[in-house]
Amino acid sequence: MEISYYPGCSLKTSAINFERTALSTLEELGIYALELPRWNCCGVMFSQSADNLMLQLAPARVIMEARETGRKRLLTLCSMCYNTLKRSLLFFKRNGEKLKKINAFLKLEERDFSAEGVEVIHLLTLLSELDTSNFKMKIKKIKSNLKVASYYGCLLTRPREIALDGVENPQIMEKLLEIAGFQTVNYPFKTDCCASFQVVNRRNVVKKQIRKIVTSAVRNGAEIFALSCPLCEYNLDSVQQELAQEDETFTPIPVLYISQLLSLALGQDPKLNDFSLHRIDPRPLFKEKGLL
Amino acid sequence: MAINLSREIVHSLEREKIKEIGNTNFYLCYQCGNCSAGCPCAEEMDILPHRAVRLAQLGQFSRLIESKAIWVCAACITCSVRCPRGVDIAGFMEACRQIVLRTRKVDHLSPVELDAQLLKELPQIALINNFRKFTG
Amino acid sequence: MKYSHANRLGIFICHCGVNISSTVDIETVKKALTGYPGVSLITDHTYTCSNPGQDMIRNKIREEELDSVVIAACSPSLHENTFRKTLEEAGINPYKLEIANIREQCSWVHSDRKVATEKAISIIKAAVSKALLNEPLTPISVPVTRKALVVGGGIAGIQASLNIANSGYKVILVEKEPSIGGKMAQLSETFPTLDCSQCILTHRMVEVERHPNINLMVSSEVTRISGFVGNFEVTIRKKKTYVNAEKCNGCGICIEKCPRKTDSEFDRALSKRKVIYRPFPQAVPNIPVIDGEHCLYLLKGRCGVCRDVCGPGAIEFEQEERFVKEKVGAIVIATGYETFPIENIPEYGGGTIPDVIDGLAFERILSASGPTGGEIRRPSDGKVPKEVAFIQCVCSRDPEKYFSYCSKVCCMYTSKHAMLYKHRVKDGQPYVFYIDIRAGGKGYEEFYQRASEEDEVLYIRGKVSRLYREDGKIVVEGTDTLLQENVAVRVDMVVLATAIRPSQDVSRIAQLLKASVDENGFFTEAHPKLRPVESMTAGVFLAGCAQAPRDIPDTVSGASAAALMVCNLFASEELKHEPTIAGVDEDVCSGCGICIGVCPYEARELDREKRVATVNEVLCEGCGACTAACPSGAAVQRNFTDKQISSMIKAILA
Ligand SMILES: Cc1cc2nc3c(=O)[nH]c(=O)nc-3n(C[C@H](O)[C@H](O)[C@H](O)COP(=O)(O)OP(=O)(O)OC[C@H]3O[C@@H](n4cnc5c(N)ncnc54)[C@H](O)[C@@H]3O)c2cc1C
Ligand code: SF4
Ligand code: SF4
Repeated sequence: MEISYYPGCSLKTSAINFERTALSTLEELGIYALELPRWNCCGVMFSQSADNLMLQLAPARVIMEARETGRKRLLTLCSMCYNTLKRSLLFFKRNGEKLKKINAFLKLEERDFSAEGVEVIHLLTLLSELDTSNFKMKIKKIKSNLKVASYYGCLLTRPREIALDGVENPQIMEKLLEIAGFQTVNYPFKTDCCASFQVVNRRNVVKKQIRKIVTSAVRNGAEIFALSCPLCEYNLDSVQQELAQEDETFTPIPVLYISQLLSLALGQDPKLNDFSLHRIDPRPLFKEKGLL
Repeated sequence: MAINLSREIVHSLEREKIKEIGNTNFYLCYQCGNCSAGCPCAEEMDILPHRAVRLAQLGQFSRLIESKAIWVCAACITCSVRCPRGVDIAGFMEACRQIVLRTRKVDHLSPVELDAQLLKELPQIALINNFRKFTG
Repeated sequence: MKYSHANRLGIFICHCGVNISSTVDIETVKKALTGYPGVSLITDHTYTCSNPGQDMIRNKIREEELDSVVIAACSPSLHENTFRKTLEEAGINPYKLEIANIREQCSWVHSDRKVATEKAISIIKAAVSKALLNEPLTPISVPVTRKALVVGGGIAGIQASLNIANSGYKVILVEKEPSIGGKMAQLSETFPTLDCSQCILTHRMVEVERHPNINLMVSSEVTRISGFVGNFEVTIRKKKTYVNAEKCNGCGICIEKCPRKTDSEFDRALSKRKVIYRPFPQAVPNIPVIDGEHCLYLLKGRCGVCRDVCGPGAIEFEQEERFVKEKVGAIVIATGYETFPIENIPEYGGGTIPDVIDGLAFERILSASGPTGGEIRRPSDGKVPKEVAFIQCVCSRDPEKYFSYCSKVCCMYTSKHAMLYKHRVKDGQPYVFYIDIRAGGKGYEEFYQRASEEDEVLYIRGKVSRLYREDGKIVVEGTDTLLQENVAVRVDMVVLATAIRPSQDVSRIAQLLKASVDENGFFTEAHPKLRPVESMTAGVFLAGCAQAPRDIPDTVSGASAAALMVCNLFASEELKHEPTIAGVDEDVCSGCGICIGVCPYEARELDREKRVATVNEVLCEGCGACTAACPSGAAVQRNFTDKQISSMIKAILA
């Protein structure tokens, strides 16, 4: 099966290991993700200013590229890209007037924009659509007792109309991790915000949130986080490190993209992971659990 | 000092602006407080989200616009998904920020203010996101 | 019967689960009463009122050929009737039963087992000595007059009358005003569906007038009620209207020609009406009446134009009030409510600021047939108010100064008012000051939410402390308890949602009926949950706001329930009346007549020939007032004779 794939900026830089492991995992399961021939940054965050159409231009262009491939579905890995593209698509589906306007603008480029005939899909949804038994068969590693806390953050489930699972208690990551032989833990803050971009100038808000999230996950037995947002990854990883430096009693746990764990479980080359990109090194833990 | 209410104050231009930019009807709010209760940034805010909505209902836009709360908001949308009346508080917060950015033409945060070391360390996703929110 | 000459009495002691047996030692009681004079059987059961318990009693009565029974259990008010039936089914006279209350009067009020056991023994002994002297009695049959009186012709009275009349029974509907319709006729549109009040009401009013089973008496009042369930006798006063309804053809020329005007009550003094008038155009009946207090002819002997122009000669200045006597079997009270007069609320400028009005006045302003033809114009100068404050809970929920209760309909009608105001004054701003919003009804919460969602009604949670006038505006000083800041609004008009209180002459009606009212003057129901439409007086039923503040849906369903209770009563030809009533020992009676004065039911009379007192068996309720008052001991009460009472005392003291 072939699917169009939109990487987004982080997947080529800070989250390169996310891309590599995700694509190799998909390939193992028979899915070939074909990167859009041309793409631009989606704008990072869906613009909440309903009156400013210019801010919808970036996602609109991405959607346009996707349509031009002729393939129905557009795969995203990054939660933020997923959120932005999916909401933008919905925005144009619901606002015929705005669609017309942006089209008039894009006419200058002699391209035709439409919100129909293309669908934005996240890696997690794609994986969970697959035949479970086939997936299980491919799992190479013996059942691991690694306890994983899924961290969804904001963008996979909010707002409601783009949620890829239940808004308050999503299970999609847990199900995938369990198929791959991991143990999952339950904790109340898996959809709590990490305070996102406030990390730039209000790091204290981020710190407060992350302390709350991590402490709860650890108290519930978590040994590692799985997620799919590069910004959450940075926040959790770097702020935990900082918290640990300030407070000896704070136990940081590694933060990985979910595809990294799946790739390991499928027995793929650990080099794909480039563990050096993580501040909290997961390797000792993986060795201990027999995953490396 | 009591808040002096009047038709002119309540029906102000900002009211229409917020409705348009935020694409939400904040008159729906019945002050249950659910938005504030779940807001991860509430502790840092000078005006809690439900109170911000209330101020808007009463036409007290200048206080909203002067508030720190609108900048502390992380746009996580927790409030909006939980609001029983379907108020998009996150959109409302964005609208308040936009009004300031557009009318004052001064950014809330400028890249030059940031520490060079930090700038290097931060991933672009964080920076762009932040500038999208805090600059005009 | 084998032992017809002697008594064969059985005692049945109930454990009432553990309610009795945990405090009263049943075995000791049984032992103490074994061999007590007259007692042939003594036994016990965990629940005598249960089916197995009653089976046991029936079997024992038959096996042991008992002829009287004492059941030691709970209060007779709970199960006396049940056990009387048990006796009857077992073939003995139900009045040969005596209940010894060893629960409410013994086990529940004592903790010392020994004391309680002894007391139970005494109570049972007393009951035994009374039971041995109980006479077999037969209930008195009383015929039922299958005709109902409905007092009050608002929507409650209209609904009840139509329901009873449609079931085939006659109804007399008495309304004090010249037209039926009540407050509902004054309303503009009704929450939560905003249908026009008149439109849904008037066809029912017409149906009442045309119904062959309904005798509609307007401008009338009930002045006297005597009798009892199934057999009331009522006197109705037909007030002077100076118009002969038989002759009047309703042409209305008199109204046109009448030269004098006065405030319209129907329009809450927001418009004028003639002195000969119909309260409103759709009035039922459609016959004008003369307001005697303002009529030039009646006051000064001048004018008389109406009489001169009336074709059929229906004007009768000489008319006298008339009194009509009627027999009815049941009464429905539907006297409705009034709103607390705003003149009594100085803190809100009531009576001194003309643009401070109450909800009913605002209904008239909203009404298409109202004084402004449905345009929103304020009373003082007819200007369109651009800002209006609505204040809820005015005098309601204020036990310190006014009324403790919630008037129930104000939250909803204020939402309605603010909405309708905004629909008509598009650039206006309504403010609603409230304490809580109580919107518990089908579609009500949604209705209230619509007000803020679609019409941008600004709800401010906080009670207004006062109002005053300044520069042609009314300043409303309030607070926003949610924001915790004070607010002040300068508005053009204020609408007060004043408390609903019962019609002011209900206390008179209640006295006539011997029906009880609560501390606020609302009629009290026999049981708030299980008998919600029955009054404390048998045969008197309650409907609408006479009972409590309520909206139209609740009023109508309550009225239909009351009508059903009336039909229930009328379904049988006769009623059974308790036979435990007073009697007269004619040999002893001196004819002094003291009993006549003390009887609250007018059951006592003097037989002038024999010079002895008599008892009307049907009227006597068996209260015992006469037996206690009679100086010669001639007044006796069946199965409560002096002999029985003294033997009970002896049994206890022995
Ligand atoms: C401002 C306002 C707005 C409202 N709006 C709505 C609405 O939108 N929707 C809704 O559902 N409800 C509404 N209500 C409530 C509604 O008015 C009542 O539920 C309804 O009118 C009660 O009917 P009733 O027959 O019990 O009383 P009433 O309408 O008061 O009728 C009682 C009748 O009895 C007569 N009477 C009184 N005493 C005597 C006597 N001694 N002898 C003979 N006759 C007597 C009176 O003259 C009157 O005709 C509103 C109430 C107010 C105050
Ligand atoms: S959750 Fe919604 S209704 Fe509740 S206070 Fe916040 S905005 Fe208002
Ligand atoms: S979007 Fe803003 S206001 Fe709403 S919960 Fe998140 S941080 Fe708070």
